[in-house]
Amino acid sequence: MTTTGYDPAPAAGYPDAPPRMGFFTDTSVCIGCKACEVACKEWNAVPDDGFDLLGMSYDNTGGLSANTWRHVAFVEQAAPSAASLDVLREAAEGATQFLGMPSSTLPGETGREDRDLRWLMMSDVCKHCTHAGCLDVCPTGALFRTEFGTVVVQEDICNGCGYCIPACPYGVIDQRRDDGRAWKCTLCYDRIGDGLTPACAQACPTESIQYGELDELRARAASRLATLHERGVTEARLYGHDQNDGVGGDGAFFLLLDEPEVYGLPPDPVVPTRELPSMWKHAGVAAVTMAAAAVAAFLGWRR
Amino acid sequence: MAEAHPVGFQWVMEAKRRGATVIHVDPRFTRTSALADEFVAIRAGSDIAFLGGIVNHILANELDFREYVLAYTNAATIVSEGFQDTEALDGLFSGYDPETGTYDPSTWQYEGHNGQTSHDTHVHRETAGGLRQESHGPPVPAETERDETLQHPRCVYQILKRHFSRYTPEVVERLCGVPPEQFAKVCDAWTRNSGRDRTTALVYSVGWTQHSVGVQYIRTGAIIQLLLGNMGRPGGGIMALRGHASIQGSTDIPTLFNLLPGYLPMPHHQRHETFDQWVDEIRHPGQKGFWAEARAYAVSLLKAYFGENATPDNDWGYGYLPRMTGDHGTYQQVLNMIDGKVKGYFLLGQNPAVGSAHGRAQRLGMANLDWLVVRDLYLIESATFWKDSPEVETGEIVPEECRTEVFFLPAASHVEKEGTFTQTQRMLQWREKAVDPPGDCRSELWFFYHLGRLVRERLRDSTLERDEAVRALAWDYPTRGPDDEPSAEAVLKEINGYDVATGAPLPGYTALKADGSTACGCWIYSGVFADGVNQAARRKPGREQSWVAPEWGWVWPANRRILYNRASADREGRPWSERKAYVWWDPDKGEWTGHDVPDMEKTKHPAYRPPPGASGAAALAGDDAFIMQGDGKGWLYVPSGLIDGPLPTHYEPVESPVRNPLYTQQANPTRKVYDRADNQLNPAPPEPHSEVFPYVFTTSRLTEHHTAGGMSRQLAYLSELQPEMFVEVSPDLAAERGLVHLGWAHVVTGRAAVEARVLVTSRLRPLRVEGRVIHQVWLPYHWGTNGLVTGDSANDLFGITLDPNVLIQETKVGTCDIRPGRRPTGRALLDYVADYRRRAGLDATHYPPLETP
Repeated sequence: MTTTGYDPAPAAGYPDAPPRMGFFTDTSVCIGCKACEVACKEWNAVPDDGFDLLGMSYDNTGGLSANTWRHVAFVEQAAPSAASLDVLREAAEGATQFLGMPSSTLPGETGREDRDLRWLMMSDVCKHCTHAGCLDVCPTGALFRTEFGTVVVQEDICNGCGYCIPACPYGVIDQRRDDGRAWKCTLCYDRIGDGLTPACAQACPTESIQYGELDELRARAASRLATLHERGVTEARLYGHDQNDGVGGDGAFFLLLDEPEVYGLPPDPVVPTRELPSMWKHAGVAAVTMAAAAVAAFLGWRR
Repeated sequence: MAEAHPVGFQWVMEAKRRGATVIHVDPRFTRTSALADEFVAIRAGSDIAFLGGIVNHILANELDFREYVLAYTNAATIVSEGFQDTEALDGLFSGYDPETGTYDPSTWQYEGHNGQTSHDTHVHRETAGGLRQESHGPPVPAETERDETLQHPRCVYQILKRHFSRYTPEVVERLCGVPPEQFAKVCDAWTRNSGRDRTTALVYSVGWTQHSVGVQYIRTGAIIQLLLGNMGRPGGGIMALRGHASIQGSTDIPTLFNLLPGYLPMPHHQRHETFDQWVDEIRHPGQKGFWAEARAYAVSLLKAYFGENATPDNDWGYGYLPRMTGDHGTYQQVLNMIDGKVKGYFLLGQNPAVGSAHGRAQRLGMANLDWLVVRDLYLIESATFWKDSPEVETGEIVPEECRTEVFFLPAASHVEKEGTFTQTQRMLQWREKAVDPPGDCRSELWFFYHLGRLVRERLRDSTLERDEAVRALAWDYPTRGPDDEPSAEAVLKEINGYDVATGAPLPGYTALKADGSTACGCWIYSGVFADGVNQAARRKPGREQSWVAPEWGWVWPANRRILYNRASADREGRPWSERKAYVWWDPDKGEWTGHDVPDMEKTKHPAYRPPPGASGAAALAGDDAFIMQGDGKGWLYVPSGLIDGPLPTHYEPVESPVRNPLYTQQANPTRKVYDRADNQLNPAPPEPHSEVFPYVFTTSRLTEHHTAGGMSRQLAYLSELQPEMFVEVSPDLAAERGLVHLGWAHVVTGRAAVEARVLVTSRLRPLRVEGRVIHQVWLPYHWGTNGLVTGDSANDLFGITLDPNVLIQETKVGTCDIRPGRRPTGRALLDYVADYRRRAGLDATHYPPLETP
């Protein structure tokens, strides 16, 4: 049960659903060891994703895909020095005319050499959204909401239609080229049902990946964030924790040390089906209007 | 540490969570640096200068933990008048003999102590004598002359002060490339977090050991930790991370030519002709400490080896033990193979074709044997060199003509056999067997037991004297199962030791006897099977016991978790502070007590002072915390036992683009060299042409792969994480040499050219050293020709040059050139490298002298 309103498992029809379970991934303690990637593949017998040197720092996996359900991102950046932060602050306050023009630097970078290096690492995973786009559009019912509030795709039902692929605002779920079916993280449904911890969380040596009841994880995350802010790590923020965001909050949420875009995450994910009721309503109104106009036109014709 | 010990690193993260500050010093910014509070970029090979600067900071500002230093170190000990320091001799100590390239250490001795040292340091270097002294304490007198005011000009404290006075922050900046503000931060953090209430831990690994001055690196770290009172204290100390699981075990129960189990030295044919000579050299009659019982340890070991065939009449079978005749180290062996002096080679769980320095020499050596037996999990490069090594590509090895007959025997993995691992904290952990090994795979224990059995069967009726030793072995281990697997537990029981008459397991090494009534395979491990219980198999969870967790595994010696923990209390036996209380003297009970097994005889009063003429354990005073040293003190200054000096001194790496700014002496004047045409080293100043190899290069590991790649590049899940050999360069160097991110480049030294994909990264930054820009290049050393992902081997770039104390190779720093594009192949490759050598002035007769003129 969540503290505010909507709880996906009861809403999906489970009469006595257990507490909602999820992940809190604290990237501030991630050491980029990729044990999570390997443990997940070992447990789920996920095939390797190809031997390609991508040159994205130490990330040779690239991103979440049908054959990668935990993906560690590496972002090498120079943290802005205090002086350059002042410049940006001044600009924002209107002391100089800041046009917001695009520059050669990306979010999170200021393009200067004289500052401390920072290497951000983050283990990305399916967000198990409260309002899950993949789940909403699946025509076969292969994708379903479990009693734990997680989203799982059943590989023996999936017909490979691919509707779920564009429906995910995070770009997580993906089809395997050889067999056409959609695959993604199951939040180790076959482990948590027996009271075990998901493979990635079990393997993570620094407890960057934490598994547990979502309410408890949210409380822990808030406390961790406060601690970091107290220590002067002001760029620390939570991502996916807000139940009022475009997907109703994530079952797998994160603590980041910079803007989501820096990690390759969408800043404002929205479940594509959110507008569906209003879209159908508008379509309905448009249809009725068109029918009325047609009737009016024909009545006018008769006259 | 995060790269190579990610699971162990969780404890650094836990410490950080509890408020610890983590400082990381490294030539490049790694995954450890990413989580550290402070990252210090340092020039590879300049750590002694960096640490020396910290020593200077401590001494110049009197920041040492004075009571600790007086009580537990040799700071107050007075050194003989004849001693001359590098300050006076421009980089050398007194007693240097340019003929042998070693020192006569007699002038280094303590005042009033003459004649008891071994002058034969040349033999020490050949036999890596320093390794033996790891826990041994070379000979020094039990009683020394001291000045407790630390003012005497020849006391160790003042000698230290003078010696390190030139390692100023300016020198640290010039030599290491570390800016003064950052250096000050490190000095400040370290000293402020040491003392009564706080301790600082120092962690290092092979980035420190694999240097021609590796031992002195660690010595400098030890000096700092002794001066600041961090040794023997919780949260303090020095943790040496190892390079491979159970390597600690491989020196404790050694696979090394110069050691027997428990750090007993392998006998030397000249110095130890008789058993008594051998034992007396270990015992150092008149010394303090527990080595005084060496006879009991030695006899018990021989009883374990030879059983009934070890008797008082044959000196317990001492005659059966092999004798050292010189340098039998691995690199000498390989060069001997090239020279045709070695017939056969057993290679077990090691891949020198990729993992050892000078890959070409390794492979050419292996190609010149009668036979080679390789045992491993996969067909590693050292098994297939004869058909797919780089030398086949160049034509130096022709598969059809290679004379070596290679036998490959598949090995069982660690989950397919039972036994112990001994890790860096001296902990033995028993592992159960989880599954049977597949097919013909067998454990090492099975292989050696049955090999020995078969050899002994062959020699059963031999009357030759040379076969006596093998025939005399006690070789009756129980076996079980369809494969006749020997019982690892039986071996562990033998290692623990037992009463010969009754078979009863011994409780510890103090129960060992010199009369043949006890047998013990390794005296420091005695106690691991005390009471007939496999102590190494204990796994009581941490939350069910004290924070010291003594019931998880078993630690040698005697399950003592922190060595020298006497130093965690003051001279009177009271903890330095409540916060850091660890072991202390209980005056009511009249015994030592605390959270750990006290490293002091249980009932020895802190105020106990030995009577004159006492020796052995009775000679240890109640405040002798460092019980393995001859004078019971921690050594800031090492009067004997180290080949290259009593004090660490900055020498440049043997290959360096930088002229040593501190002394005329460029590199370690006692380093072990192999002057041969096939082992030439790049020139270093003052030699000319060092600009042909203008860049510094270093190697290390990635989390995703393991050592020489035999256990990772065969697995898809690991291979896809780091699929190609790559080289890291800074953006500045990329611009200078025209290197493109993800393009190809090749790194060239006097030995080889190795190609790799380019990763341009700011994690490598150019350093300002001696007024000019020095670029560093980094390579992982995991790649070879076999596996799912293949590539050139970084270790092909290194030549062979060794630390003189322990004969470890300098593979953490060298000089190189780097050029865009792939390297040539075939004969063109040999010509390419030869052209570099020619331009660098390397001809077959030119070898720089050890002593820089």
